[in-house]
Amino acid sequence: MSIDTNAPASDTETTDSAPDEPIARLVHPRAIRWLHWINFPLLFIMIWSGLRIYWAEDVYAFGIGSWQWFAFFPDAVYETLELDRRLARGMAFHFAFGWLFVINGAIYAIYLLATREWRHILPDRHAAREAKDVVLHDLHLRTTAPPQGKYNAAQRISYTVVLVMAFVIVLSGFAIYKPTQLYPLPLLFGGYQGARLVHFAMTIGLLLFFVVHLLQVARSGWGNFRSMITGYVIERRPPSVAADPAVPANDDTSSDSVEVSA
Amino acid sequence: MTDDRTDRERELRAELDDAPTIPVDEFRTRSRRSFLTGAAGLGAAYLGWQWLQDRPDVAGIPKPLRDTLEFNEDVWRTVSESRSAPEHPISKATPIQVNGRIGIRNEIDLADWTVRVEGPDGDVLDELDISTFEALPQRDMVIEHKCIEGWSSIVHWGGTRFSDFHARYADQVGDVPYVSLETPDGLYYVGWDMPSIMHPQTMLALRQGTEPLDQDHGAPLRLATPNKYGIKCLKRIGVIRYARKRPADYWAERSYDWYAGL
Repeated sequence: MSIDTNAPASDTETTDSAPDEPIARLVHPRAIRWLHWINFPLLFIMIWSGLRIYWAEDVYAFGIGSWQWFAFFPDAVYETLELDRRLARGMAFHFAFGWLFVINGAIYAIYLLATREWRHILPDRHAAREAKDVVLHDLHLRTTAPPQGKYNAAQRISYTVVLVMAFVIVLSGFAIYKPTQLYPLPLLFGGYQGARLVHFAMTIGLLLFFVVHLLQVARSGWGNFRSMITGYVIERRPPSVAADPAVPANDDTSSDSVEVSA
Repeated sequence: MTDDRTDRERELRAELDDAPTIPVDEFRTRSRRSFLTGAAGLGAAYLGWQWLQDRPDVAGIPKPLRDTLEFNEDVWRTVSESRSAPEHPISKATPIQVNGRIGIRNEIDLADWTVRVEGPDGDVLDELDISTFEALPQRDMVIEHKCIEGWSSIVHWGGTRFSDFHARYADQVGDVPYVSLETPDGLYYVGWDMPSIMHPQTMLALRQGTEPLDQDHGAPLRLATPNKYGIKCLKRIGVIRYARKRPADYWAERSYDWYAGL
C-alpha cells in the first residue's frame, strides 16, 4: 500500500538528477518504534504459549454440522511448532508475558491519546472510498493511488481494526483467566466459552494481519521498512510546498517519496 | 486531476508537514545509531530469552515463571478474592465428563469408607463416615465447572459447604492458613489456602444432581467449586489435614499453578 511513484526510496540515488533538496522527515516517533518492536516478540510469545494452551482442548473448526472443512489445528502443526502436551508451560509463559504485553499496549494507547497520534490512524470520512481505491491500486486495477497522509485509508482501517482486536483479545483473555473474580466480564462475550472462542478468533485475526503486514512491508521496500527503525523517510520535493502550504501545490506532488506504508 | 483531489492532498500533506525534518547527513548518522540500537535490542532479547530458559526449574517450570505465578496469586488474592461465580437454574445442568482417575482407579467398598481429619501437628482429630456429612446443612449449587484444559460444563452439585464442616474444628485448630486433601491411597493430593476453601461456593459434594456420586466422580465425597480449576476438586476424599505450611499439590508439582484460582 504505497505511493511508490517516481522517486526512488534510496537516498543515495536521489542526488544526481533531483532538482529538489532531499530531506529526512520524521514519520515514526521514537516511542512508536520502541513500542512496535517490543510488541512484536511479546505478541508472538503470547500466541505461541496460547496455542500450547489451546492444544489441550482444540475444539474449533470450520465446517457445517458434522462435516469439518478445516480443524484447528492439524497434528503436523502441533508437532512442528512443539505445541503439544505443554499446557502447563504454556500457561506459565502466557500469564507471565501477558503482563508485559498489556503494559506495552497500555503505554501505546496512552501515547496515541496524549500526542494525538491517533489522528493519523483513525479512518476519516473519506476512508471507505479511498480504501477501495488503495486496494484496486495495489491489485494493479487502478493506475493512481488516492492521496494519503502518514497512512493511506486501507492502512488506517486495518490498523484501527488491529488495535480494536488487540483490546478485545486482552479483555476476553482476562475473562477466561479470572471469570469469577472479574465477573461479569465473561458475559460481554456470552460467557466463559464465548470468551474462549472470541480470544481464539482474535488470535487467528492477528496472525492473518501479520501475514498481510509482512507482504506489504516487503512490497513497500527498504525505505519504508527502515523508517520503522530510524524513524525517518527521505523525501524530495519543492521546498516551497513544505514551507508554505498556502502556495498552490503543483498537481504533481507525487515527486514525494512518502512511502510510509504497511 | 480534480481540484478536489488537490485539496485533499494538501489537507493530508499538512498533517505530515508538522513533523520535524533533518538534513540527510544528520539522517545518516542517526540512522546508523538506530540500527546499532536495534541490533543491541535484538541481542538483549535473545540473551534474555536464553537466560529465562536456563533458570533452574521449580516444580517443572523456570523459577522466574514460578515466581510470576505466585506474584499473580498475590495480585488476585488482593484484588477480589471473595467474589462468587454465578449460579444457574437446575435445568441448565448436564452430566459432567470423567476426566481424571488418579487416586480413584480401584473401586472401593463405600460402606467401609471413612475420612480422617488431622490437625496441623499431625494429630488425628476425627475419623468420620458419610453420616457426619449428611447431617451437616445441605445445599445445592448449579455452577460452571471449569477444567484447566479449557472445557467447562454446568453441573448440579449437592452437599455441604466446607465452611460448615470446618466449624466443627475451628476452635481446635485456630488460625491455620492451609488445608490439604488426599485420596485414601494418597496418590492424588491437593492444597488449598484457607480463604479459598472457606469460600461459600467451596462444597464437599455428596451428590451430582439428586443422585449420590458414582465412583468415577469421586464417591462418596469430593470437592466442588466454580472458583478453581477442576484439578483442585479432589475426588474420593480420604484425608482432610489442616496445615501451617503450604501443602503439596499433585499438579503444582507437575508445572501447574498452585493457586489455580479463577
